[in-house]
Amino acid sequence: MHDRSRPPALPNRYPDYDVLAKRNGESWNDKTREVIAERLAVTATPLFFSASEFLLLEAIAARIVPQPSSRPPIPVAALVDRKLHADVADGYRADGMPRHRDAWRRGLRALEAEARAAFQRPFVELSEATQDELLRHAEAGELKAADWGGMRCEDFFKRRLLHDIVLAYYAHPTAWSEIGWGGPASPRGYVRLDVNDRDPWEPAEAEPGREQEAARINRHVR
Amino acid sequence: MSVEMSDDPQATPRAIEGRAPDVFRPGGWVPMRCHRDEDAVDFVIVGTGAGGGTLACKLAEYGFSVVALDAGPYFRPLEDFASDESEQTKLYWTDDRISDGANPLQLGSNNSGKAVGGSTVHFAMVSLRFRPEWFKSRTLLGYGADWPIDWREMWNYYTEVEQALKISGPITYPWGPKRPRYPYRAHPLNAAARVLAKGCEALGVSWTETPLATLSAPRGLAHPCVYRGFCVAGCSTNAKQSALVTWIPRALAAGAEIRDLAMVGRIEVDDDDLVSGVHYHRGGRWHFQRARNVVVAGYAIETPRLLLNSATDRHRDGLANSSGLVGKNLMTQSNQAVWGLMDDEIRSYKGPPSLAITEHWNYQDKGKDFFGGYAYMSQGPLPQLWANTLAQARGLWGARLVEEMTNYNHVAGLKIVGEMLPQERNRVTLADEVDQYGLRIPRVTYSWCDNDRRLIDHSLAFMTRALEAAGAKDIWTQDDDTCHLNGTARMGDDPRASVVDADCRSWDIPNLWICDGSVFPTVGGVNPSLTIQAIACRTADRIRAMARRGELTGQRATGTRTAAHATSASS
Repeated sequence: MHDRSRPPALPNRYPDYDVLAKRNGESWNDKTREVIAERLAVTATPLFFSASEFLLLEAIAARIVPQPSSRPPIPVAALVDRKLHADVADGYRADGMPRHRDAWRRGLRALEAEARAAFQRPFVELSEATQDELLRHAEAGELKAADWGGMRCEDFFKRRLLHDIVLAYYAHPTAWSEIGWGGPASPRGYVRLDVNDRDPWEPAEAEPGREQEAARINRHVR
Repeated sequence: MSVEMSDDPQATPRAIEGRAPDVFRPGGWVPMRCHRDEDAVDFVIVGTGAGGGTLACKLAEYGFSVVALDAGPYFRPLEDFASDESEQTKLYWTDDRISDGANPLQLGSNNSGKAVGGSTVHFAMVSLRFRPEWFKSRTLLGYGADWPIDWREMWNYYTEVEQALKISGPITYPWGPKRPRYPYRAHPLNAAARVLAKGCEALGVSWTETPLATLSAPRGLAHPCVYRGFCVAGCSTNAKQSALVTWIPRALAAGAEIRDLAMVGRIEVDDDDLVSGVHYHRGGRWHFQRARNVVVAGYAIETPRLLLNSATDRHRDGLANSSGLVGKNLMTQSNQAVWGLMDDEIRSYKGPPSLAITEHWNYQDKGKDFFGGYAYMSQGPLPQLWANTLAQARGLWGARLVEEMTNYNHVAGLKIVGEMLPQERNRVTLADEVDQYGLRIPRVTYSWCDNDRRLIDHSLAFMTRALEAAGAKDIWTQDDDTCHLNGTARMGDDPRASVVDADCRSWDIPNLWICDGSVFPTVGGVNPSLTIQAIACRTADRIRAMARRGELTGQRATGTRTAAHATSASS
């Protein structure tokens, strides 16, 4: 089985690219600037979760989307918290699943109970490998503590926990820069659409050993 | 800022007091004719998407008085839409729904809309005609159910819609009977579309540029597409020819009234078994709009939900439901994909997501072990959608997920829109729980049949070969996705086996109509929006013809169902 507890080996494919360098340019309209400014202003203080729930969520988010220590972290847990605070829903739920807010509260409580039952420790005090092991059991539908109620642990893991955490991470400009995405694009859009084509306002991908060339281009992406 | 001053379109109705938002000008307004609740209008239409928006326009242009209600906000795309996936989830219908069955549907995003313009505000703009034989699939192809409409008549209505939306498309279309040239030229291919073309050519099947409802040349106040790639998150430049920027401005100009943030909870039916109007929630309270005719155009979940929620002592199973078929035969379309990595940079986020298509397996019947067909198209998922696909469909999380995401610019994919067969067990019913309006929420039950699985397996095997032939590596299949929703109030020739007739008029209540994807007896292997709009255009023509002959309710002497439909069917 794949060892999930190792840190990500992130190649620096788009060196020195910062999608936020474009925020005052022609690729961002006012509405986009407003929305992203709000997102960037999110602080790590929960508005929806309790302090202990929030610590647990932070620990889980660090396992679902582990981040390199070489840059400021994306506040994944806080972004999930804000979405729940704003009561943004998906539009459906599985039979037996509570609505999103209740599902999160119940799921966190159940995961904590599972950690204490299996390892006699709070989840946040477990090793990363053990945390991953517990999350894998949730993913596989193997957790049966009474706290789950009628909610299947695999539904909570896949439809709530994984879904909300992954979307939160890739809602952040830091993640956009990491994967070399052009980012917001209204009204300028793009001109060069074909294979290996790149507009001057898109990041250049570094060929191995030639990172400096790409970095030089990427510092001028606006 | 006071509530009255608010210009948050999700909080406060915009279309009030004689004016509606001008979608072409930030902060702008256009005049709107307004009706009082107590004055019966000719038609109240529930929903303003591909069905309701189109019909509102056509009926108003034919001189009928029209009020069209939508539960969603009235956006001005130029000022309200961000280039941001999270923000733009505001276009989705995210009210509470329960999804169950052996293959529960994922709802809320790609198959629903809550806005004036409905889901056309965030649809992928793919505008395809049905294969002619599909209108008689039971008789000619041996599966599903026949439509009560002839394909040659539909061919003319397809042309009308293609002109109305200035569809951009290829000069010659490789499949099916001759069709007129598309009004606007095809868009250029992006790299993702090149991958599709290469795979098709290697396997010896035709491909073409996808006919799309986004401008390739200027049109009035709308600019050509700038290829920003956020189509399914809403178009902030108005290139997309959604109902919001096409049919609805026309409808307003012709005298229709649009009411935003107006959720219809119940259709009123009188002692003569005719409908008399709708109860709707707007501005914090319930209202009742009187009408001589009611058209339900809420799409395949909200339409049956409203009919079922409108049950009375005399109509215990809901309105228009003597056949027992309201809510049944729900059909989604299979939306499976094959993904891989190319050595080349693809950057599929640029341009409309599906610039190239093959309908080979819609028109080729040999070599199939299943009924029905599928198209497949090139893909351009934005980062959140792509990350969620890797997490949900490939099971990636942790280091593997964030590492795999760094291959984003090299991803190429092929995705089907596949025909699923109608089954009565796939259905919309009412759950016991209620929503924010106090209305019972829908329960959506879905299970694939063996034919559905065989079609999916065939498509995944074929697309895997195509992607390999195009040079992709690390190929994997996404097995679980579905898209559009149809059925649940099918049209037909027999009142015992259908909910509405060919004119979208309910068999049971002659002044109650249904005009959206709900009326589809089968779904075919193409995106449904063009067909929904063509049906709406046809319905408007039929209503005008019936009105001229005095056959609409209130104008005709004969009140019996048989007499009414004998007359309308004889034309």
